[in-house]
Amino acid sequence: MSLLSVKNVVKQFAGHRALDGVSLEVPENSVYGLLGPNGAGKTTLIRIINCITAPDSGEVLLNGKRMTAEDVRHIGYLPEERGLYKKMKIGEQALYLAQLRGMTKADAQKALKYWFEKFEIQTWWDKKVEELSKGMAQKVQFITTILHDPKLLIFDEPFSGFDPVNADLLKREILELRDKGATIIFSTHNMGTVEDLCENISLVDKSKIVLQGNVADIRASHATHTYLLKTRKEVEITDFELINNKSLNGIFEYTIKKTAGDTNNSLLAKLMAQTEILSFEEILPSMNDIFIKTVSGS
Amino acid sequence: MSKISLIIQREYSTRVMKKSFILLTFLTPVLLVAMISAIVYMGTIKDDKIKNIVVVDKSGLYKDVLKNNESYNFQFSDATVDELKKQNSENSDFAALLLISKDLRIDSTAAVMYSDKQVNLELKTYVSGLLNSYIEEQKLAAYNIPNLKEMVEKSNSDINLKTIKWGEDGNEKEASAELALAIGMLTAFIIYMFIVIYGAQVMTGVVQEKTNRIVEVMISSVKPFELMMGKIIGIALVGLTQFMMWVLLTGAILFGLSTTFAKDLDMEKMKEMQELSQKGMQGMPTAEMNGQIADFMTAINGLDFVQIISMFIVYFLGGYLLYASLFAAIGSAVDNETDTQQFSMPIMLPIIFAIYAGIFSAENPDGPLAFWCSMIPFTSPIVMMVRLPFDVPFWQIALSISILVLSFIGTTWMAGKIYRTGILMYGKKTTWKEMWKWLRY
Repeated sequence: MSLLSVKNVVKQFAGHRALDGVSLEVPENSVYGLLGPNGAGKTTLIRIINCITAPDSGEVLLNGKRMTAEDVRHIGYLPEERGLYKKMKIGEQALYLAQLRGMTKADAQKALKYWFEKFEIQTWWDKKVEELSKGMAQKVQFITTILHDPKLLIFDEPFSGFDPVNADLLKREILELRDKGATIIFSTHNMGTVEDLCENISLVDKSKIVLQGNVADIRASHATHTYLLKTRKEVEITDFELINNKSLNGIFEYTIKKTAGDTNNSLLAKLMAQTEILSFEEILPSMNDIFIKTVSGS
Repeated sequence: MSKISLIIQREYSTRVMKKSFILLTFLTPVLLVAMISAIVYMGTIKDDKIKNIVVVDKSGLYKDVLKNNESYNFQFSDATVDELKKQNSENSDFAALLLISKDLRIDSTAAVMYSDKQVNLELKTYVSGLLNSYIEEQKLAAYNIPNLKEMVEKSNSDINLKTIKWGEDGNEKEASAELALAIGMLTAFIIYMFIVIYGAQVMTGVVQEKTNRIVEVMISSVKPFELMMGKIIGIALVGLTQFMMWVLLTGAILFGLSTTFAKDLDMEKMKEMQELSQKGMQGMPTAEMNGQIADFMTAINGLDFVQIISMFIVYFLGGYLLYASLFAAIGSAVDNETDTQQFSMPIMLPIIFAIYAGIFSAENPDGPLAFWCSMIPFTSPIVMMVRLPFDVPFWQIALSISILVLSFIGTTWMAGKIYRTGILMYGKKTTWKEMWKWLRY
């Protein structure tokens, strides 16, 4: 059951077409990745989903019904270009944004207290935004986005500006939100996070969707049938094509490619007779490789 | 609480809490009063150094006429002008040299004053006053008519033309054209200042929200129009607060000053006046002075202050809303504050034109320039304020306000459209053509 459906959306700007017949289905309670090079049309698509701009044709459905301005209140949207009032205190500003999203002051205060403690930033409450670093401000913005407990969360480039520690914190929060029942759409350039977080993705390039589906399926379909084998002793590879081998600290590593006819098991059976096998795994193409291949190929 | 009132609240409280606002609000009335008092005070300071005037009187007629006073001491000398000049350049012991070469009744140009500096006006009026009244007396005496002096004095007249206007109910009010002019110009200038200052604040506020990318965050929870109107209304309230504070504070300070110093001041003035009239100068008799103050007070009472203040608020809000929405549209269309200049020029022009139109309208408040400029919404808030103390017919005020209200609804609607598109546009240099396109989206 998809929570959000985008159906054949077209958006024309003076001079160029930003979106050309884009469709996608976001299943409920999942993490959905929106990928694509700069200027592909991701932000335009996200703005259309948020009813900030209207599509020229096509429609956006939420739970099977056409999205209205009222529904937008149940979306938590973190834009790519996000700012805060520099001269305002963090606490006041978070309260203000939460109230604009329809929370009462008391509710907002309670929720903010919880999140500020969770992110260990209680001491920031009376600081001004200009005193914070970019990464610190991002944390505050993330909190104000999810504060009103929205069903659908849309993050545009959520990881930009975060250091690895905080990026990890953010990843865990995203997964936790999903576990609590939220549906999350995010756009990113960071393919590592896609592999870690997303169940489904759409790859947008030059205003069109060029690749779409389940991450595992996509990677499998781009598989090159290459495997990484690690053994204790040197072995002779017979049935598979040897691409690369090296040894390090008494561990022998072989990168091998399956040729027609042979199965993994028959190879392993032969090898097991020779030595102890430490590991044998398929090398799946990274999303990064798939991204580059798809975008440069199309 | 509705979203727009939240926005108004934020815009208002962040601005009112600013140090610069508090400082300006409290200091301006103090400075204003201090400036006025300084000017008044400096006018009363007398130079207490006695200046020597050397008189070379070849006619020998005026020795008793030129009397010393607290500023000038007359010394009579028989030396020639050239000698005295030379003497003065060696040790400058006198301020001026008066040469009377003939009987002034025969030649009225026979008195000449020499000095190494420009002779000051006070000395000149003092000396010529003394000589004139003496010569007049002499001439009158030459007619040999008894009591002529008294007759002439009685026939002297000083007409003070009072202007009285009557209302529709037949009540007469004394009016003062000068005061009406002053009040009109003052209120017009305050409106001009407020439109420019607070209009510019709206513009920079919008530009900052755009360059800081706050709009992106805001726009998913509020409509662009709410965001724009919230800002405009919030800043309008800041302006009104400041104006009210100024009126109250200035009033309070003036009241405080007048109660503490009024008595001393009046006593001093009266004494001064008496001294002056005793010495035969053309000082104003005390009664006349008091009459003038009374006239001034009745003239102030003659003005309809309730009307002026309420119209001030109406025209301030109308004019401000008209211009602020345009300023907001411009703020939304540019990427940074330096770019605002080329676009704000066409908006500043009518405001500047309005203040000049106001000045010229003051000369003829019922003329065609005044009439038309008080109807055109871009100039009416300023020009109408100039005309108001001169009693504008009710239908003109009503028409002018209606046009203004309709126009600001129009400009706000237009600005809303430009703003909606503009705030999410980055990196592109906006042109007038582009803005025209946004209007029709």
